[in-house]
Amino acid sequence: MENYKIPDNLAVSEEGFLFLPATGESFTLNEIGKIVIGLLKNGSSIEEIIERLTEEFDVDEHTAEKDVNDFLTQLKNFRLVEEI
Amino acid sequence: MSKKVYERPVIIKQHSGLMNKFGSSPVQPTITEIDGVAVNNLVEEYGSPLFVFSEKQIRENQRKMLRIFKTRYPKVQFAWSYKTNYLSAVCSVFHQEGSWAEVVSEYEYQRARKLGVSGANIIFNGPDKSDSALETAVKEKAKIHIDHFDELYQLLEITEKLDLKANVAIRVNMDVGIYPKWDRFGFNYENGEAAHAIKRIMTSKTLNLVGLHTHIGTYIMATEPYRLAVLKLVELAKMVHAQYETVLEYIDVGGGLPSKNTLKGQYLDAEQLLPSYEQYADAITSPLFDLNLPPDELPTLFLETGRALIDDAGYLISTVLGNKRLSNGKRAIIIDAGVNYLFTSHWFNHKIVPAQNSGNFTENAAVYGPLCMNIDCLREDIVLPTQKKGDRLIILFVGAYSVTQWMQFITTRPKITMVMEDKTVEVIREDEDLEYIISPERVPEKLTSFSLK
Repeated sequence: MENYKIPDNLAVSEEGFLFLPATGESFTLNEIGKIVIGLLKNGSSIEEIIERLTEEFDVDEHTAEKDVNDFLTQLKNFRLVEEI
Repeated sequence: MSKKVYERPVIIKQHSGLMNKFGSSPVQPTITEIDGVAVNNLVEEYGSPLFVFSEKQIRENQRKMLRIFKTRYPKVQFAWSYKTNYLSAVCSVFHQEGSWAEVVSEYEYQRARKLGVSGANIIFNGPDKSDSALETAVKEKAKIHIDHFDELYQLLEITEKLDLKANVAIRVNMDVGIYPKWDRFGFNYENGEAAHAIKRIMTSKTLNLVGLHTHIGTYIMATEPYRLAVLKLVELAKMVHAQYETVLEYIDVGGGLPSKNTLKGQYLDAEQLLPSYEQYADAITSPLFDLNLPPDELPTLFLETGRALIDDAGYLISTVLGNKRLSNGKRAIIIDAGVNYLFTSHWFNHKIVPAQNSGNFTENAAVYGPLCMNIDCLREDIVLPTQKKGDRLIILFVGAYSVTQWMQFITTRPKITMVMEDKTVEVIREDEDLEYIISPERVPEKLTSFSLK
């Protein structure tokens, strides 16, 4: 699985509000989206993110993997991640 | 330690710009039960996809509409429009509520007779009436609504041959200021064809003119066309009265009242945009008093209302098969019910609601059916909470023109159930299987064997 990096200047508020100063775009995240962004910012790998979700939440590994991948597709679509 | 409730991670881009100051909340409520019966239980018992009709809602709709018209005009008779939904159980509910049958083919006529509706309580409309259909209708004293001159002469020949009188009306089309003009059905008012047809009937020995009929169109979004239509029928009725000293038994205004469904391309929600049924009833009934007849001689007002009485009594429960992202990042949801079951989705933006609590985060999505055909799109854009495989979505207001226009295509058609007033559930049409579909087929002898390598 590839790993991803969030741009350094991306601002995320505690309420899940995301702001990209370079373009002025803003986004909202749900609770789990916020956790995933936080983990990506800290440099976690995709496997680590899936593991963290299945530990903390009532979700099986396959569902978490599908959903995290879908979330990354959205982030790529919004140009919020870079592949590393 | 119990784990926290999970919801799919979502990110939504915020757009600044114009807000829709008229729009209703884009988020639809969750519907977990239909008339007190849990949606999950329905699917577990009868499968998915599943059509569900509400007996209670049909009866309430019919009673409410009758009350709306009866409080404005003393003599009102509804005739259930078979083509809107001719499931036997659905028709029977309407007949129990006192509605006659309005049919537009020999097949529909036979369906009504099979249910026990007597010929005298059938209105026989439509441009296609075979000799055998007309002979039966004459013998059984149905109200035959003549569509064109060839049919008028066909009926003259049949009644003379049988030496029987037929109760007839003519269908009249007219300019009521709307587009499209439905002038392909019936005799035109403005060019004098309608008056000419009336004259020919009045001078015949075997045709008994009992009424006048019009049907100005479908999903009519204004009341004024109805008022104009009734005014023109009233003018014809006055002419009949003055020239032939005949008082007509009825004036049939047809159907065309809209339901709660929103048309594609319609900016506002139907429920915000359309006049109330009371306003339609005002427009239809008030010109009838221009006949200047004593109350006991007033004609009965016939109504062939279809979709307005059945649409919101029909539900299509479906199951999410999968999610995907389209090339532009938009979410697509694939469900197990497609346009083959829902012809109406070609012109309506059907409301689709979740049947389980799916979290507060919503996302714009396209909803596709399961057919391997590009046309199988139920909604191009709808705001829905995130859905996972196996979740249920309910398509609302699908009672009209769904189960009469549905197609057996690519797959078989599902069960249809009715939630009864006492909250029991009855299957009113079984699902189809392979044997049912192929039983009318015949394979020529030389095609019965082949060998593949």
